[in-house]
Amino acid sequence: MSAPLIEMRGITKSFGAVKANETVDLSVAPGEILGLLGENGAGKTTLMNVLFGAYAPDAGEILVEGRPVAIHSSADALAAGIGMVHQHFHLAPRLTVLENLLIGIPGKSGRIDRSGGLARLKEIGRRHGLSLAPDLPVSALSVGEQQRLEIIKALFRGAKLLILDEPTAVLAPSEVDGLFAALRSMVGQGLGIIFISHKLNEVRALTHRCVVLRHGKVAGRVDHPASTTSAEMAKLMCGHEIAPPAKGASTPGASVLTLDGISTVGHGGTPLREVSLVVRAGEILGIAGVSGNGQRALADVISGMLPPKTGTMTIAGKAVAQFSPRELQALGLGRIPEDRMTTGLVTNLPLADSMVLPRIGTEAFSRKGLLDPAAIRAFAEEQIKAYDIRCPGPMARAGALSGGNLQKALLARELAFDPKVLIVSQPTRGLDIGAARFIHEKFLAMRAKGCGIIVIGEDLEELLMLSDRIAVMYEGCIAGTLSGADATVARLGLMMTGAEGHA
Amino acid sequence: MFRLEARTSTPAWFNLALPLLAIAVALVLCSGLIAVAGAGVIEAYGVMLSASLGDSYAITETLVRAAPMIFTGLAVAIAFRAKFWNIGAEGQLLAGAVASCAVGAIPMPGYLAMLLMALAGAAAGAVVALVPATLRVKFKVDDVVSSLLLNSVIYYALMALIEGPWKDTFSGYPLSPPIEDSANFPVLIEGTRLHLGVVVALIAAPLCWFLIARTTLGFRIRVTGENPEAARYGGINVQRVLLSTALLSGALAGLAGVGEVGGVHFQVMSDISPGYGYSGIVVAMLARLNPLGVVPAAIFLAAVMTGAEAMSRATGVPAFLSDVIQGTALLAMLVALLFTAYRIRRVGASA
Repeated sequence: MSAPLIEMRGITKSFGAVKANETVDLSVAPGEILGLLGENGAGKTTLMNVLFGAYAPDAGEILVEGRPVAIHSSADALAAGIGMVHQHFHLAPRLTVLENLLIGIPGKSGRIDRSGGLARLKEIGRRHGLSLAPDLPVSALSVGEQQRLEIIKALFRGAKLLILDEPTAVLAPSEVDGLFAALRSMVGQGLGIIFISHKLNEVRALTHRCVVLRHGKVAGRVDHPASTTSAEMAKLMCGHEIAPPAKGASTPGASVLTLDGISTVGHGGTPLREVSLVVRAGEILGIAGVSGNGQRALADVISGMLPPKTGTMTIAGKAVAQFSPRELQALGLGRIPEDRMTTGLVTNLPLADSMVLPRIGTEAFSRKGLLDPAAIRAFAEEQIKAYDIRCPGPMARAGALSGGNLQKALLARELAFDPKVLIVSQPTRGLDIGAARFIHEKFLAMRAKGCGIIVIGEDLEELLMLSDRIAVMYEGCIAGTLSGADATVARLGLMMTGAEGHA
Repeated sequence: MFRLEARTSTPAWFNLALPLLAIAVALVLCSGLIAVAGAGVIEAYGVMLSASLGDSYAITETLVRAAPMIFTGLAVAIAFRAKFWNIGAEGQLLAGAVASCAVGAIPMPGYLAMLLMALAGAAAGAVVALVPATLRVKFKVDDVVSSLLLNSVIYYALMALIEGPWKDTFSGYPLSPPIEDSANFPVLIEGTRLHLGVVVALIAAPLCWFLIARTTLGFRIRVTGENPEAARYGGINVQRVLLSTALLSGALAGLAGVGEVGGVHFQVMSDISPGYGYSGIVVAMLARLNPLGVVPAAIFLAAVMTGAEAMSRATGVPAFLSDVIQGTALLAMLVALLFTAYRIRRVGASA
């Protein structure tokens, strides 16, 4: 048997008292896609950072094609043939595709080797079906194209093993198919891939073998992912069975949020064109659509970040006048942003500060311009307990929390004030099954209490599970609305491409 | 081999340890210069120490020098908390000095004069700081550059004033007319220069701490500085917070000028500030932008400045050494700040 492309033996890595990885063994053969599964905090990212040279392991060794290697930096990793595509891309937006590829690659006598780079780019395009226009600036690329550029970048540097950290989290369903085709072609030519994901259906469709981590240790290995059920894998990840949340029948009441003829201008993304929507009390309205069809503008208008050019909006029967976050909040709107880290929280300040931020000027947390530190702390402590937010305490830096716990904190800060309407974007993006389930249950509980919820998302299965109705956005318009009973992935998919309209 | 690894949290004792480390590194590096100048390192530092903190008179002199740097340090600390990059404390100080001098020259009861001098100086500093803040908020002009360049504008405006309308017609020197005797700040200890303004500076620091830590404005300043996007999403008017911060910061720097006019020089001249506005940046960084830390940081720089003059007289080492110590301390502090985000880890020799 030939030596595996890469082998990690007995990797152990501690941060203080926390063992992030404990005697983890893992190997990838040429031509193999290995799934790396685990909940947030299970140690996947640490393990991959060890492999890519960002952390030095406390114990254990790494073998590349049977030879032990020492990897102390990303440069060492690249030299050993290991490439990594991070969740957050590392690209220079003002430079072109080709320039990004050539960063850090020594040229000929101080000059950039443009023609050599072009030739390699072409060759990669031919061999793996991954092509991009070389002279396009990165800022003009879509998220999917930027990801493709990251993959090309790794191949460009001669990677034989590619690590992909949750690559599908940022992609639309159609782009996922393209990515998978490219990955399959790459392993067909003898490359190895480590695929990190929370989405079990994707893991089952793509990978040849899986390693499941839990609490830093290997909790199990799956040799035939395609014939293993998602429930079995989820059980390995969490250590216990996970039942789907019970969704009771809903009897929608009066409308709590209406948008009438809302259009927007400017603002970068796709603008809204004459969007009208109604969300009723006790109802979850899902908004589906391929990323970049106006969902961002819709979320920004409803949450007070972008005043519309024309159109009116009402919350609980009252017309919105200024479209400012404060006004909307006062009318009873709860808001959870798409990007937790940049829009939701202040990572460098204590968690408690982020939890009271939108309501700092209200009686609850201050009097006459003076903060009430005791009330702020008490509120944070109460919510941390109620939502089981795992953190060292309310004064710990928000940035130290995992994604799932951050999302719980954002949910807590809104739900504590009993909103009449709740707007959320990508509520469970990047969250593990346990955390996602918790969020879903909270939404359903709010729905039962009569809150109207609008969920903007790209995960169709999640939308189908939660929504009473689903509206599909296409090029800034509502292409159609389906009742939860009528909606299927296939039908939504058609409407998302603009092929089918349905009022 | 060593390498840097990201930290998940910063221990609290770093707030004290890092500035001390930076100061120690600066003193060690500068001892080389003292040796080059041909003096004994221990002797030179010994003279510096005794001349700045060795007896009660020396301590009052150091405090008098620290006062303007406490104000400019607070001005910079508060501005930097909001990430309003106010490099213009020097110009704001000068504007405060000119305004308070103009007011102080008007005959009126002493305490009224002092109050009005303070108000005028603070207002003048605030107006000057508002310029780069407005340019940034309205036109996205880089505030580092505009606030820095404004220093020269203010300085030459001051020069034009004391070379022109304010020029001493009797002596022909470029000095403004003195303020009224009754407007001179009272001296607290007979035989020293320890004036009322020093006490005001010492009180201003805890007040600024309270503002940042315990008021909604302070909360908004902190949040806006750390993440303007989250601040806007959370309903904070980011532009208004930046303008408020600029007003506050400029007013504090203006008060530094008021103290120099009312308590030290009693008039305006071209060298009324030996760069107290720029030293404020060093002070604020050594204090890690904590208003309470500004006081010891300013006293340290003041001690170096006072001590350097005595050292120069005693050992022949140029007094410019104090500038070098200041600059080196700032650089050392900036490097030391790396350790708040990273730790150094030893890595075994590569195979």
